[in-house]
Amino acid sequence: MKTLSRIYTALIFLFLYSPIAVLVVFSFNNSRNRVKWNGFTLKWYADLFENELILESLKVTLTVAILAAVISTVIGTLAAIGIHGMNRKLRQTFLAVNNIPMVNPEIVTGISMMLMFVFVFRMTGLLRPGFFTLLLAHITFCIPYVVLQVMPKLRQMNRHLYEAAVDLGCPPVSAFFKVVLPEIFPGVLTGALMAFTMSLDDFVISYFNAGSTAQTLPVTVYSMTKKPMTPEINALSTLMFLAVLLLLILVNVAQIRDASKKGRKI
Amino acid sequence: MLLRFHAAGRDDIHHTPQETFYRKGGCIYMDSKNIIRLENISVSFDDQSVLQNLDLQISDGEFVTLLGPSGCGKTTTLRIIGGFLKPDSGSVFFDDQLVTDLPPHKRPVNTIFQRYALFPHLNVFDNVAFGMQVRKMKKEEIRERVEEMLRLVNLTGFEKRSVNTLSGGQQQRVAIARALAIHPRVLLLDEPLAALDLKLRKDMQAELKNIQKRLGITFIYVTHDQEEALSMSDTVVVMDSGKIQQIGTPQDIYNEPTNAFVADFIGESNILDGVMLSDYLVEFFGRKFSCLDSGFEPNEPVDVVIRPEDIDIVEPIKGDLVGTVTSVTFKGVHYETIVDFKGFKWMIQTTDFYDVDRTIGIKLNPEDIHIMKKSEYSGMFGDYSSYSEEFDEMADPEAALTGEEAEER
Repeated sequence: MKTLSRIYTALIFLFLYSPIAVLVVFSFNNSRNRVKWNGFTLKWYADLFENELILESLKVTLTVAILAAVISTVIGTLAAIGIHGMNRKLRQTFLAVNNIPMVNPEIVTGISMMLMFVFVFRMTGLLRPGFFTLLLAHITFCIPYVVLQVMPKLRQMNRHLYEAAVDLGCPPVSAFFKVVLPEIFPGVLTGALMAFTMSLDDFVISYFNAGSTAQTLPVTVYSMTKKPMTPEINALSTLMFLAVLLLLILVNVAQIRDASKKGRKI
Repeated sequence: MLLRFHAAGRDDIHHTPQETFYRKGGCIYMDSKNIIRLENISVSFDDQSVLQNLDLQISDGEFVTLLGPSGCGKTTTLRIIGGFLKPDSGSVFFDDQLVTDLPPHKRPVNTIFQRYALFPHLNVFDNVAFGMQVRKMKKEEIRERVEEMLRLVNLTGFEKRSVNTLSGGQQQRVAIARALAIHPRVLLLDEPLAALDLKLRKDMQAELKNIQKRLGITFIYVTHDQEEALSMSDTVVVMDSGKIQQIGTPQDIYNEPTNAFVADFIGESNILDGVMLSDYLVEFFGRKFSCLDSGFEPNEPVDVVIRPEDIDIVEPIKGDLVGTVTSVTFKGVHYETIVDFKGFKWMIQTTDFYDVDRTIGIKLNPEDIHIMKKSEYSGMFGDYSSYSEEFDEMADPEAALTGEEAEER
């Protein structure tokens, strides 16, 4: 029975990760052939870093991801605090509304935002599709994840902490930074990392909202598949996979560390 | 846990200039007798009235306790004084200055919260120093005063400890030191001892009372524990359903309750229906008794309170009333004896043992009988027919902390 369950688990991991394994292996293949192994090379990685288009979209991707993570973390944290302060009924309503964008098909979110940007652009001449609309779109879809990470921290916090700080003469804003933020910081940090990760690997929403001037890496990869493909794509995808993996590990480590700290307290 | 105060303790604190708002207003605070005045305060949450037209005056230097069952509005009253809650209507005065709209960080009061609310990311020193650092006081002065405060609460040497490693009692002391460090004129305490075990609670009661006497500042203390209220306070404010039922010294409250609620909530009481025949003469159970109360209409229906410890048990033949013992519980100091008088059960506390089914007589002296006007609470309390230990425990709001907290939500 035990061996059976082990085989089952192994099979699941095989199905899950074999495509990625193939991708990674062939990124080192010294040939354009996607079936036959022709010896080890780092050529494709080197090519990657000479490809203007890829470097440019990498820059866009990272800029958008960092800005979107920072801005959505600020907005999301403030939103979480606001929602936390509401009465039960309002709070539940707002949390439900917060969750909708996360379960909504991405294509719907992407297209609806594109249509809105185009509409505003036609009406006012503002928000020309490009880097700025891309950033707005990313901030928008990142906020719910931040709210979701910060809310539990607020709920765990002794609700008198903020009052105690104010009571001791601290003005409200400084009380937030001195007392509330240190308490919820683990949640804020994981929220920011989540937002960064989500922004980094988003394709659908970026595809519809980047216009023609700004392209993110996933969109570039997609456009590369339309032409005759080179293993550069393998190399690029491998790097993206590793980047996201690293971030996820970071988020997990942060959460585990926070949990064990809590455990020690009790 | 005896107190050993540092000799300099009180004087240092007393002469420090108050750097709070009321000075600027040009008001000489020592002249004002009332430090806090609440006028006509009403609050409701979700259409549920929590406080109704509450008026309350608190004198400078007093130890005042707001006492009542959970949900009576005592915590809400405290939060209004602290500035955490704005009343729907009514005014709050500090030294005769209107402060209803003043935010909490500008009020010269500090609060000890129910679960201490120490800052978990700071150590003991930084917790106590918090208020002084906010006020940008000099480092040296802060250090000195933190030491002084920790000495006051017997926590010298704990400066570097994380507050998460402290016991409940120690956390409580840090909270007290933190609040007192910035020399508030008034300290608000919201059931500060509720989370401690009985023994520690008794020690802390004495300690708090001592600190209050030492510093001479006003304490406003919220509790549902009547014993705590009686033993610590100068003035007790008994509250129920958002209204003040009675204000008085612990002795007044115990000896002269104004209505059946107060009589029942403070200690044990047998409360009977009676008729005031004339001044100093009351009739109940078909018999006339002389008493010390006057000022009622002739033949006015009244509530008669007889405390269980005031009743003398005598031979049936000599008794004013004759009844049968239905249950006896040994309480250490006395036996709690429930006696049936014509279907109405009384509680009598006696040091002598009378077994179940024994017929006994009781004798009532005029000073044992207290007369109250009829109120909305008449007939709700004071009959021990359904009395049992567990029932009393269940009705005790000890476990209802969450209920009290829910009150504000």
